[in-house]
Amino acid sequence: MKSRSLVSIDDLTTEEILKILTLAAEFEKNPVQDILRGKVVATLFFEPSTRTRLSFESAVNKLGGKVIGFTDSSNSSVAKGESLNDTIRTVNNYVDLIVMRHPIEGSARYASEIATVPVINAGDGANQHPTQTLLDLYSIQKTQGTLDNLNICMVGDLKYGRTVHSLLMAMSRWKTSFHFVAPEELKMPDEQKLYLRNLGLDYHETTDLNEVINMADIVYMTRVQRERFSDPMEYEKVKNAYVLHDYMLSDTKPEMRILHPLPRVNEISTDVDGNTKAYYFEQALNGVYTRQAIICLLLGLK
Amino acid sequence: MKNINDKKQLLVSAIESGTVIDHIPASSLFKVIKILGLDRIRNQITFGTNLESKTSGKKAIIKIAGKFFEDDDIDRIALVAPKAKLNIIRDYQVIEKRVVEVPDTINAIAKCMNPKCITNFEKVTTHFRVVSKEPVALKCLYCEKITDQERLEII
Repeated sequence: MKSRSLVSIDDLTTEEILKILTLAAEFEKNPVQDILRGKVVATLFFEPSTRTRLSFESAVNKLGGKVIGFTDSSNSSVAKGESLNDTIRTVNNYVDLIVMRHPIEGSARYASEIATVPVINAGDGANQHPTQTLLDLYSIQKTQGTLDNLNICMVGDLKYGRTVHSLLMAMSRWKTSFHFVAPEELKMPDEQKLYLRNLGLDYHETTDLNEVINMADIVYMTRVQRERFSDPMEYEKVKNAYVLHDYMLSDTKPEMRILHPLPRVNEISTDVDGNTKAYYFEQALNGVYTRQAIICLLLGLK
Repeated sequence: MKNINDKKQLLVSAIESGTVIDHIPASSLFKVIKILGLDRIRNQITFGTNLESKTSGKKAIIKIAGKFFEDDDIDRIALVAPKAKLNIIRDYQVIEKRVVEVPDTINAIAKCMNPKCITNFEKVTTHFRVVSKEPVALKCLYCEKITDQERLEII
């Protein structure tokens, strides 16, 4: 029988998303359990992503399961020219679930068609990374007590940022007001804005973070990368305009929290780390609970 | 003396029974042949191309003897011949006419325009959901990117 995979956030109904968040909260209370005893999970990382891989491996280990896999395709059979089809067909025989990261878009959907065990997409190029979106939702719900009627302020590279696009699509299921803060060259694409307009949801665009930060419930920071700019002068002009400093937080809402998918470079000054509103490291911890919930749900163990 | 009917002489001979596909843009003839797999069947097929069309430019026509298509099959040619008309022939008579319509899903015939899509790296059959029929816009099941009319390529 074909099992259930998680490739795209759109594969889940709103009820299923809420169920995962409820399960994640249970795992947060009781993270070490013997649910996955005797189960083997493959982590196939065709490109390195240390943070995501360790988060998945921690999730499996805490539940008593075992992990096999590779961290970089250069030292696997892929380097010998094996097709993705053959790799998945083979690994499918060894494990109960596959976690896969791959630079090619659509590779996870393809793998889920080949495998008979569940496949979790841990990032397929610039396309989807649904477990990141789910841990973002969990962090938002946990810190705000709800997903309804929130002001979400997205900052930095909104043009190429896969995480902000997925989060936008997911949060559009609830009554969310979006504030987009980005330099001209990295503005939120029309496709996403049209999507919100069709749903009748509010959004507001600005280039000035100070204009909207005090009304935000969530400030979602992303990295502004030099290589995204066609004109290096443009980068030099804006690179410091999208950096968050502690002094900017003085008049923000008391329950406001700052999220970041990590790794951070310089877009959040380290003087913010000590502020109670800094939430990005807890957010990473939430990723373990959320992944525990997703794995158990797909294996039908919860 | 010339018969008055000579004026109406068919450029492609009539068939006793089968399917006539008319109003194919001349430039799309071989794409239609490929999409319908006509190069692999054993039926008698006659076709004409670069024929004068009253409505638009040069057209092509295909007559396939003894062959009747399922609607789903024939609709696949709508991507390259949106104005194609079908005549179903039995006993030299047209017993049914129909036009083609872009279907809701397009499988195996279009190429995803995204160079980073898995379908352009491995032998994966392409699958698209049709998100717009006029103009055509296809959403790839794999990479989730849109291939529009301008960038549409038939495999």
